[in-house]
Amino acid sequence: MSAVKAAQTTEAPMIELKKLNKWYGEFHVLKNIDFECRKGQKIVVCGPSGSGKSTMIRCINRLEEHQTGDLIVDGIELTNDIKNIEAIRREVGMVFQHFNLFPHLTVLENLTLAPIWVRKVPKKEAEETAMHFLKRVRIPEQANKYPGQLSGGQQQRVAIARSLCMKPKIMLFDEPTSALDPEMVKEVLDTMIELAREGMTMICVTHEMGFAKAVADKVVFMDKGEIVEANEPEPFFSNPQNERTKLFLSQILNH
Amino acid sequence: MAVSSAGSGGRRGSSMRLSLNDPTFRAIFWQIAVIGGFVLIVWWLISNTLHNLEVRAIATGWNFLSREAGFAIGESIIPFEPENTYSRALLVGILNTLRVSIIGIVLATILGTFVGIGRLSKNWLVSRICSVYVEFMRNLPLLVQLFFWWAMFQDAFPGPRQALQPVPGVFFSNRGIKIPIPAEHWVHGWMAAACIVGIVAGVFVRRWARARQATTGQQFPVFWASVGLALGLPFVVWLFGGAPVAMDWPALRGFNFQGGLTLTPEYAALLVGLVTYTGGFIAEIVRAGILAVPHGQTEAAAALGLRKGPMLQLVILPQALRVIIPPMTSQFLNLTKNSSLAVAIGYPDLVSIANTTLNQTGQAIEGIAVIMGAYLTVSLSISVFMNWYNKRIAFKER
Ligand SMILES: Nc1ncnc2c1ncn2[C@@H]1O[C@H](COP(=O)(O)OP(=O)(O)OP(=O)(O)O)[C@@H](O)[C@H]1O
Ligand SMILES: [Mg+2]
Repeated sequence: MSAVKAAQTTEAPMIELKKLNKWYGEFHVLKNIDFECRKGQKIVVCGPSGSGKSTMIRCINRLEEHQTGDLIVDGIELTNDIKNIEAIRREVGMVFQHFNLFPHLTVLENLTLAPIWVRKVPKKEAEETAMHFLKRVRIPEQANKYPGQLSGGQQQRVAIARSLCMKPKIMLFDEPTSALDPEMVKEVLDTMIELAREGMTMICVTHEMGFAKAVADKVVFMDKGEIVEANEPEPFFSNPQNERTKLFLSQILNH
Repeated sequence: MAVSSAGSGGRRGSSMRLSLNDPTFRAIFWQIAVIGGFVLIVWWLISNTLHNLEVRAIATGWNFLSREAGFAIGESIIPFEPENTYSRALLVGILNTLRVSIIGIVLATILGTFVGIGRLSKNWLVSRICSVYVEFMRNLPLLVQLFFWWAMFQDAFPGPRQALQPVPGVFFSNRGIKIPIPAEHWVHGWMAAACIVGIVAGVFVRRWARARQATTGQQFPVFWASVGLALGLPFVVWLFGGAPVAMDWPALRGFNFQGGLTLTPEYAALLVGLVTYTGGFIAEIVRAGILAVPHGQTEAAAALGLRKGPMLQLVILPQALRVIIPPMTSQFLNLTKNSSLAVAIGYPDLVSIANTTLNQTGQAIEGIAVIMGAYLTVSLSISVFMNWYNKRIAFKER
């Protein structure tokens, strides 16, 4: 933890969660979450099912609403003000477990929809940007197909490209590979690793520990709505401090 | 490899065998059998009928259409007198059917959409009221509901002399609802024309805005511009026509009202009955359609920064419509066909007038043919249009 802090510059964090709490009715999903992510950092979030990982990153772009505490993204405080929510959503891209591509639109239309309607980019320009990102995720030839005609791995790469077309400063990934067949996991992870190498700020919920070791600056372990442990990948995996972390790591690394 | 290709090639290449075990022969055999049976039945029905008509010396043919009808019709949107022909009477019936069906379809769609969305509301009271409404409408026979509304409009309201006047100039009585309308003026025709011009101009504005958005990215409030054109142009024409404000007020003369626009109790009961009944079914269709769009779609659109309006317009509705359109078509057809229940409450729709016609002329076959022909034409038109629309928005997958 201290090593990470020492490496940090003094500039303000891109994402900052301070004493964040959230309840579903009686159920306390997020308990006093303190979390920050600096520009260019790649943070991997892991933890057992139901520990609140998705809930936490979905709070960042207001797909879920927190009840107490502060959440600041790129200097904008997330409040109930629609203007703030919209401003934050323009800066934050999100990739979902089940892709959530728009099935009634072609791949190209999926990619240009938000730039045209949210960023008000001319259609031609939006299409050029879209083709650029499709090339980067290596499927430019699928531009005029519909999502239903693509494989899972291709769909997830389209989803990543769709987010990138909005030129976000931050990318959130919620288990982007866990709905994929094993042989397709690699193509998506490769895309993400490439993105990480280019300097994107990323928060990624995943159980792909290989990915964490390859690109993460920090690994965060959550359990029962709390951040139990956070550290650089090397010490996190070789020398976990907390009992719950040890148990979790032994479970996922042993199969 | 060689074995499998030889096998499939052998099957494809073999000629058809004249046995019911051969798939090709079997398919052809049954098609011929079915068509042959159908032709036989139709031939028997026709020859039997013609024979019976001949035996009883009943005239056939369409000559009766040009004879004088000799009966009055309660309400009509074109002038009709008993001296007019049967064909004009039937035309009045068709127009009356269309009048209740088209307005009914539009109103039922609007009502059903609101109730359907209301059932999904997070507001407990709203969703409860909408649910109760839907259950009521779906579980009571339409005929009973029509009798109810007819009784409402007929008996619950006082006679013309004691007519209720909720707003000055509007009268509710057992003779129907009377509404003031602008007095006849030459400028009205021009206003209607201006409205059509405005709508056409709206289409062009839409095209222009699309093109401009494609090149510059700038958006244009197409909807409001179109509304402005469709309402604004007639308004300008009205001003140029000297801005006539004279109204044709309904007024009590003797035992009934004169002037203004009349909604007869029969028409009002039929319209309200059909709209509320069909609206209940449409509400369920709309609700199912919206629920059929996975929540992930809303989330993905929100995460991309789309606002509620564009999200609904570009992501949710196009997907919901695919689920909504086919059952909606059935409801439109049902409403049109159910309008024939008019005969039970005395609204002169096509069935009611054709019924009178065939009673007077005795030409039942022709009368029924007119009814079937008219309903088939209307229903098929609705079907063709809705199928075309459904194709246009269909998912392209695999
Ligand atoms: N809409 C909801 N209403 C009530 N409880 C919810 C809701 N969404 C999530 N929860 C609960 O909140 C807890 C945290 O959920 P969350 O989806 O954040 O877990 P997770 O860590 O992402 O798990 P997984 O690895 O299975 O995705 C779970 O116990 C879940 O049952
Ligand atoms: Mg999750």
